Amino acid sequence: MSLNEDQIERYSRQILLPNIGGKGQEKLLNAKVLLLGIGGLGSPVAAYLAGAGVGTLGLVDSDKVELNNLHRQIIYCAEDIGKYKSEVASERLKKVNSDIKIIPHVIRLTSKNIMDVIKDFDIIVDGTDNFPTRYLVNDACVLSKKILVHGAFFRFEGQAMVIKTGEGPCYRCLFSEPPPPGAVPSCQEAGVLGALAGVIGLIQATETLKLILGLGEPLVGKLIIFNALEMNFRKVKVPRDKNCPICGEAPSINSLIDYELFCGLKRA
Amino acid sequence: MSIKVMIPQPLQKLTNGSDVVDVTGSNIADLIIDLDAKFPGIRDRICDETGKIRRFINIYVNEEDIRFLSGDKTSIKDGDEISIIPAIAGGSK
Repeated sequence: MSLNEDQIERYSRQILLPNIGGKGQEKLLNAKVLLLGIGGLGSPVAAYLAGAGVGTLGLVDSDKVELNNLHRQIIYCAEDIGKYKSEVASERLKKVNSDIKIIPHVIRLTSKNIMDVIKDFDIIVDGTDNFPTRYLVNDACVLSKKILVHGAFFRFEGQAMVIKTGEGPCYRCLFSEPPPPGAVPSCQEAGVLGALAGVIGLIQATETLKLILGLGEPLVGKLIIFNALEMNFRKVKVPRDKNCPICGEAPSINSLIDYELFCGLKRA
Repeated sequence: MSIKVMIPQPLQKLTNGSDVVDVTGSNIADLIIDLDAKFPGIRDRICDETGKIRRFINIYVNEEDIRFLSGDKTSIKDGDEISIIPAIAGGSK
C-alpha cells in the first residue's frame, strides 16, 4: 500500500514527524480501532483518530443524543438530539475524513454479544460510563487478548491506563471487583467538567496512536490520575496481580459476567 | 510528624471538601484510624465491615500500591505522599 497525493497532503503534518513518516501513516491506515461508548470520552477520541487516518473505526453506542450531552460530547450538534449517537458520529466523521472506514453499531454490550463485536479490531477504547460494562469489556479483552485503552472520570478527576494482556496488568489487577450498588456514585448525576472528559479522552487517543505507531512508552502497568482543580497529573504503579481473578495464576473467572446495572436500572 | 494524604473526589464530602489532609501514624492502619478520628465515617468508606480495605479502593505510598508491599502494615514516614484511589465511573451518559 502506498499513499496517494491527497493522503500525503491530508496527513502531511504528522507524516513530517520523526518516527512516523509514510510508514507510520500506513500503520495508522491499516489499524482497526473500536470505540465503546461515544460520549464524553469517545467523542474526542473519535474525532482525533478519524483525523489521524486510523483506517477502520468501529463506533458502539446504544444511546441517542440528549441536550445535556452537548456540554462535553463535542461531535454532536443540537440538531442531532434524538438520533442514535453512533450513527450521527459516523456521518460526522465521514465529513472529516472520507478516507477511512467507519462502522457504527447501535448495540448495548452484553456477555452474549461482546466477543463478536470486538473480534475484528486490534485496539479497544473504553469510553463506557458504568462499572458493569467496564468489567465486561476488561474481561472480554483479557480473554481475547485485545489491547484495551481505559479511561474514566468523576467530577474533576480522571484516570487512564493501557491494558496489554500477557505483558501487563488488567483492570481487575487494579480493582478486582466492581463496587457494590450504592458504594460509589455512578449512575446518579455526579456531574463532570466537560473539558475534563476531553483531557482523559485525549490521553486515550494519544495512547491509541502511540500503540499503533509503536512509539514511546505506553501506560502499561501505570495508572495516570488527572486532577483538574489542582491541574496535576500523578502516576502510580499497577503491578500484575498473581491473584487476579481473570489474568492471574489461577483465574476463577473463565467466562463473561453480566453484573446487574447499578441504581436499580435494568438493561433495556 | 505529618504525612500528606490525597483524598479522592468521592470521599471529599467527608473531609469538608479538602483534597489533601495531614495525618500522623507509622503505618497505613494507624493512618486510617487517625483519618477517621479527624473525619468520622471515612474508615467505613475505605474499609469493609471486617476492617479490610475495600476491593475497589487502593492505597498508594508514593507510587507503590500497598497490596504489593505489606498491606495495612506498610510503614509510612514523614514526607511520604499517600494516595487513596477508588475505581471511578459516572457522569458521562
